[in-house]
Amino acid sequence: MGVIEEYSTVLLALSIIFGFFMAWGVGANDVANAMGTSVGAKAITIKQAIIIAMIFEFAGAYLAGGEVTSTIRKGIIDPELLGDQPELLVYGMMSALLAAGIWLFIATTFGWPVSTTHSIVGAIVGFASVGISVDAVNWGKVGEIVSSWVISPVLAGTMSFLLYMSVRKFIFNTADPFQSAKRAVPVYIFMMGYVISMVTMVKGLKHVGLDISFQQSLMYSFGTAGLITLLGLIALTRIKRVIESSHYDLINVERIFGVLMVFTACAMAFAHGSNDVANAIGPLAAVHSIVSSGGVVAQEARMPHWLLLLGGGGIVAGLALYGYRVMRTIGTQITELTPSSGFAAELAAASTVVVASAYSLPVSTTHTLVGGVLGVGLARGMAALNLRMIGTIFVSWMVTLPAGAFLSIIFFFLFKFIFGTG
Amino acid sequence: MPRSPIFSKLFGRSPVSSLQAHMAKAAECAAALDTYFELLFQENWNELANQYQEICDIEEQADELKREIRLNLPRSLFLPVSRSDLLELVRVQDEIPNRVKDIAGIVLGRKMQIPEPLRASFLEFVGASVNATQKSRSMLEMLDQLIDSGFGTHQIDRIETMIVELGELETASDVKQIEIRSALFELEKDMNPVDVMFLYRVLEWIGDVADHAQTVGNRMLYVIAR
Repeated sequence: MGVIEEYSTVLLALSIIFGFFMAWGVGANDVANAMGTSVGAKAITIKQAIIIAMIFEFAGAYLAGGEVTSTIRKGIIDPELLGDQPELLVYGMMSALLAAGIWLFIATTFGWPVSTTHSIVGAIVGFASVGISVDAVNWGKVGEIVSSWVISPVLAGTMSFLLYMSVRKFIFNTADPFQSAKRAVPVYIFMMGYVISMVTMVKGLKHVGLDISFQQSLMYSFGTAGLITLLGLIALTRIKRVIESSHYDLINVERIFGVLMVFTACAMAFAHGSNDVANAIGPLAAVHSIVSSGGVVAQEARMPHWLLLLGGGGIVAGLALYGYRVMRTIGTQITELTPSSGFAAELAAASTVVVASAYSLPVSTTHTLVGGVLGVGLARGMAALNLRMIGTIFVSWMVTLPAGAFLSIIFFFLFKFIFGTG
Repeated sequence: MPRSPIFSKLFGRSPVSSLQAHMAKAAECAAALDTYFELLFQENWNELANQYQEICDIEEQADELKREIRLNLPRSLFLPVSRSDLLELVRVQDEIPNRVKDIAGIVLGRKMQIPEPLRASFLEFVGASVNATQKSRSMLEMLDQLIDSGFGTHQIDRIETMIVELGELETASDVKQIEIRSALFELEKDMNPVDVMFLYRVLEWIGDVADHAQTVGNRMLYVIAR
């Protein structure tokens, strides 16, 4: 146990730096993707997107980020097996952070659509199976995670397909689409508010220290969703029909959907925070719990709040310093997106990701959103989609897992060499 | 660093605005025929040659747009409408400026003489065909609304109404053509047979412009139907 006590400050400090680097990467890159559809549909400006992202990424990370963090921290590797060599887990988690961070940096430089989630999971599985032993990996959980990567885009796609069909049926094909939109949009806002607050209350708030029962959650969510809807209604009263309506009110209807999209952008940021902050904080939490307990692989230790705050802060820093540039690129390059179709994709993706967060599954927010966009496309709601992108995503998927693993194995042996084993 | 984030790659460029621009060019080209025949009747050959050049330029711009549309429609582009229907639509649209250029060319090349009594109805005939192309241009302008509304029933109804109107315009052009042909039949004995032959050909071609406009409308139904 000597190693950990000897180097505890160095190890923790290094992990914090790596963790922050990773969180920064998530903020610089991933958030821009999550907010890109709203910016592309011209529902919000880049500045508004950044403000929304800062608030809701943080809220998502803090209020609903706990479950996924614990999966990354202790779900993938079985810490029981490492009871006698806790320093291996510390080195491993540090390598995983560094490997994933560097891989993201490389991928970003070349413009490959890699997922932060895939990088970190690949890195953890890599160091554990090669550096420690194949049995150290909880393959059942890994299987679950990998299948969630397939299921989440499909689920988001199905939802967005249905949502867009409902938009067509209940709004565009009615006698007065403008009035119908005014009636229907609050319903969508309510649905969204309900799903997200319900999931957060049932699964997330435990980590903040609030313990509320399922029945209470049902009631409180109703209240929260009601409040959110009220906000929506207030915003909607400001949207008046422009008299000139040669375009069958389409312009006016889209303005209403623009309001809805502000709400779905918030939901998207919240969902992203709830799922992706774990990629940076999970490994850090693992290191922290071992180091602070002086070398005990403590399964039960509570995760300190400041870790989630640090993760949230890192994301916000990455976004503020760098992410806005990515967002600007996306905003200017997406020109064919309307709020009525973009909202369906976003709402579906945000709900899917929040539910995944509640089931402690680390999914890729970006890929889920791509699934949502394709769902709308299948419902004939998108002007033009580049299907080659699906192939690129698939390839980057296939490459990211071994790449993250390979890098983390190298770093693992490097750290083992530098600090030695006890 | 991040050159092209995933979402800017996911959304392709929609061919709709280029298709609309192409149709606008086609209609503009056809509309030039109105003044073209007025200049012909004035025997203003210099101005007519300039106007011919103008028509050729527009036709060339339309060709350029057509090429651009074809190049930007890779199979990997996922569209709410069939790719082959779009390609067929742009092909029939392009028949309009081609035909207009043929008409303008033969009229100028032969310094075509049109008998005085025919001139008034001749201009009306040209106008009727031009009207038909304007109608198909308006139909094309509905295309982005159709897509933005997820092919809403209002928009489809509107297109169907326009198809009927387009049919009426094409019939009007046909009626005019028959009228001029029978008037020409009365006059042709006193005219140079070769001139008469080419005059019949030009009449046919002006009718073609309206026909092509109608085909554009019908093709558009193929595009939006599913």
